Amino acid sequence: MRMGGDMTNWDTFTDLLGLVNYWVVIVLMMAGFYTVIAQHNLIKKVVGLNIFQVAVFVFYISMGKVSGGSAPILKDGIETYSNPLPHVLILTAIVVGIATTALALALVVRIHHSFETIEEDEIQVIEHDEEEIA
Amino acid sequence: MSGAEMSDPWLILLVVVPLLAAPLCVLVRSPAGAWAMATAVAWGVFAIAVKLLIGVLDQGEAVYRIGGWDAPWGIEYRLDLLGAFVVLIVAAIGAVVMPYAKRSIEREIRRDRIYLFYAMMMLNLSGLLGITVTGDAFNLFVFLEISSLSSYVLISLGQDRRALTAAFRYLIMGTIGATFYIIGVGLMYQMTGTLNFTGLRTIMPAVIDTRTVAAALAFLSVGISLKLALFPLHFWLPNAYTFAPSAVSAFLAATATKVSAYVLLRILFTVFGEVDLFAAFPLQPILITMAIAAMFLASLSAIWQQNVKRMLAYSSIAQVGYIVLGFALASEAGLTGAIIHMFNHALMKGTAFMAIGAVIHATGAVTLKDLEGIGKRMPYTMGAFVVAGLGLIGVPLTPGFISKWQLVSAALELDMWPLAALILLSSLLAVMYVWRVFEVAYLREPKITTRVEAPLSMLLPTWILALAVLYFGTNATFTLNVAQTAAQRLMGGL
Repeated sequence: MRMGGDMTNWDTFTDLLGLVNYWVVIVLMMAGFYTVIAQHNLIKKVVGLNIFQVAVFVFYISMGKVSGGSAPILKDGIETYSNPLPHVLILTAIVVGIATTALALALVVRIHHSFETIEEDEIQVIEHDEEEIA
Repeated sequence: MSGAEMSDPWLILLVVVPLLAAPLCVLVRSPAGAWAMATAVAWGVFAIAVKLLIGVLDQGEAVYRIGGWDAPWGIEYRLDLLGAFVVLIVAAIGAVVMPYAKRSIEREIRRDRIYLFYAMMMLNLSGLLGITVTGDAFNLFVFLEISSLSSYVLISLGQDRRALTAAFRYLIMGTIGATFYIIGVGLMYQMTGTLNFTGLRTIMPAVIDTRTVAAALAFLSVGISLKLALFPLHFWLPNAYTFAPSAVSAFLAATATKVSAYVLLRILFTVFGEVDLFAAFPLQPILITMAIAAMFLASLSAIWQQNVKRMLAYSSIAQVGYIVLGFALASEAGLTGAIIHMFNHALMKGTAFMAIGAVIHATGAVTLKDLEGIGKRMPYTMGAFVVAGLGLIGVPLTPGFISKWQLVSAALELDMWPLAALILLSSLLAVMYVWRVFEVAYLREPKITTRVEAPLSMLLPTWILALAVLYFGTNATFTLNVAQTAAQRLMGGL
């Protein structure tokens, strides 16, 4: 009985270890999301957004992996292949992510030109004053 | 079946033509040339949209397989009646806004950047149409990002520096929304192994009890609600529509939220169409609560606004509430109300933003204080605004009345009479915010009494849309029929 109990604990432990990619995904996702929400600096917000997106990339790549599977290139003697589709999808998502980051940084540059700050709380004060005048 | 499964090349042309026009606009460089091309493309797309709608009404569905690959291996474009109706909305607004944009943009954007404006409009049009025609969940994400990225640029082109921060905030919120959407798609793919909407629909009943699918549904709904600006995820919208160039506000307000609403319908009623979603998850109380909060709180905010564009933006959030309320009823009548309101609201809000854009063009005024007596100075432009405003309230003989009537009767059909009462009550708030503009425009004396008018190229498109509002308000047989059939097909399966 005791032996069996130990086995279950061990299995749970290896299960958790086997899911390490998904733990990484969750940690990265939350870290990125928190940065986007909590940081006042616009550049740091963009960095947070990037981390958030990278978490999704890791998630897709992990889910395409078939345990014991080889790279999806047809070859004699190989029976199982990993699923290439999620990997290819993420190539597209990476491109989208780069475009988003580039545009976000361009906007930050323009914001810096016209507000002379990239701190969100300072910008809000300036915008609030403009509202009052209008 | 084989007749309906014939590949219809018009589906792909709908997306590819504006997509190719975008780099061509950049190559042409001259403002007039880029405008001429963008307008020609927008009208061409409108013609295709009409043709597709007629075809779909007749045959049920149009399908195009990219590269000749069958789904699920290849990406499939599939247009049902709901899709064809949304395509028509987007294409019609595009066709009307393009001629309007010429003079409006010349005043609002630096001359050497005008060609970029048209390139972005083409990308946006292509993205919005792509979302509507695609039958593939990941392809939808790509089009979502094409339309989103171009709309961030379009908003940032506004004259006020607050347009930049509005665009930045929209970018952050929009990207979080889109990323939530792909997380949801990924989780669904884990369980089903397909990205095709029809395939997902078939496999979904087998996996509906898993926690993964529940998480997928949560991510998808929140992600799309962000793009839809469903209360309380609407914070990006007011400033974005207020500070964007007039033509952009008119185009986005009329189309972008409708397309997001379409995506939500697609997920709830196509992907999860074979399962009793509303029994499996407490979706109905959540959606109804958010819809009602949007209807009341956003309308209340609208009443306090001094800037008319921002008032219209808050009104848009409220109108999204009506659309989502229709979804939440999950009955044929409710969906009919929601779908017809997507069409009607696009017309009304397009007209309202175009009219106020014409006022800005002629006088530079946008706050209530500066609009005193504007009805006497610009009778034609404000006439169109009045038509749109009455529609937003839901006065009989306007399209707004038809949508609200449909929603109220849908609520009564389900014995939800408090809901029907709330719909009527919220209309009173619309009376208040619209009346404030009417009062300032018509009952106050203008400081300057000279008559001014916007150029004909802006006035004419505005009135074409205003006449469409009047027409579809008095003669709703066609729109009601289409909305009802679309709802039937959505509820009854493909």
